[in-house]
Amino acid sequence: MYMEVRFDANCVAPYRMLYLTRKAEFAASHYYHNPDFTPEENRRIFGKCNNPNGHGHNYMLEVTVKGEVDPRSGFVVDLKQLKEVMHREVLDAMDHRFLNKEVPEFLHSVPTTENIAIAIWQRLKGKLQNAQLHRVRVYETPDLFVDFYGEE
Amino acid sequence: MKAHLSRRYLFSASHRLDNPAMSPQENRDTYGKCNNPYGHGHNYIVEVTVSGPVDDKTGMVCNLVDLDTFMEREILTRYDKENLNTLKEFAEQVPTTENLCVQIYEIVHRGFTYAHLERVRLEETMMNSFEYTGENTQ
Repeated sequence: MYMEVRFDANCVAPYRMLYLTRKAEFAASHYYHNPDFTPEENRRIFGKCNNPNGHGHNYMLEVTVKGEVDPRSGFVVDLKQLKEVMHREVLDAMDHRFLNKEVPEFLHSVPTTENIAIAIWQRLKGKLQNAQLHRVRVYETPDLFVDFYGEE
Repeated sequence: MKAHLSRRYLFSASHRLDNPAMSPQENRDTYGKCNNPYGHGHNYIVEVTVSGPVDDKTGMVCNLVDLDTFMEREILTRYDKENLNTLKEFAEQVPTTENLCVQIYEIVHRGFTYAHLERVRLEETMMNSFEYTGENTQ
């Protein structure tokens, strides 16, 4: 049977660890190519993604931060500030760009979804106030995504 | 064998973020548009995840009818089409989605006994969500 639920007026949130996720979409093009591989290896390993003219995706970025709820504001983090940091650090650099040619991280590494997630983590790390970066998730398509937790 | 079951429910509610302990200016600085005195609303999606052994006879972690009945009675009836600021649980705290997420977790955690509550995830908009697993730092 159900128990009757009674409210504890002091059921406020200090010391409770909340995870907050903010999404943002960006569109970019890329292709997969490693200059250390032969042309044949590049074609074999990367398949259609090796087309040097590039192809594009609508990437969906999910940034999750964790922190205690501030008893005064009731917030874990100022969402507006999180949104601004995501825009400044990530979207301004990657939205409507050719990742291989316009984003410094990918001048010398392959812009796979894995490497994009890692690059975004590095860009956001240390930029958030009062909350800890927990996870960066990048969807390349709705059916394919990568999570990075900052693990070595 | 243990499995996790998640179910999503929708409710619509209004709120205004304002802490009477702050000055009007501090409230505006802290909450921005959410401090509008007339309030504003959201379609909240609450995603509840419960876990437990899969019953040999039913093949279920818990009966969805029990979960739906509980959620309807304790959560949707309580919050759907309400102004959160008028509810007693928000008499002493600001109805941020963080605080609402913790409240919903507490209600389900205390009241729903058919399976173990793993997590409550609350989506405020398509772009923001909040998650509480019962994890406390003290």
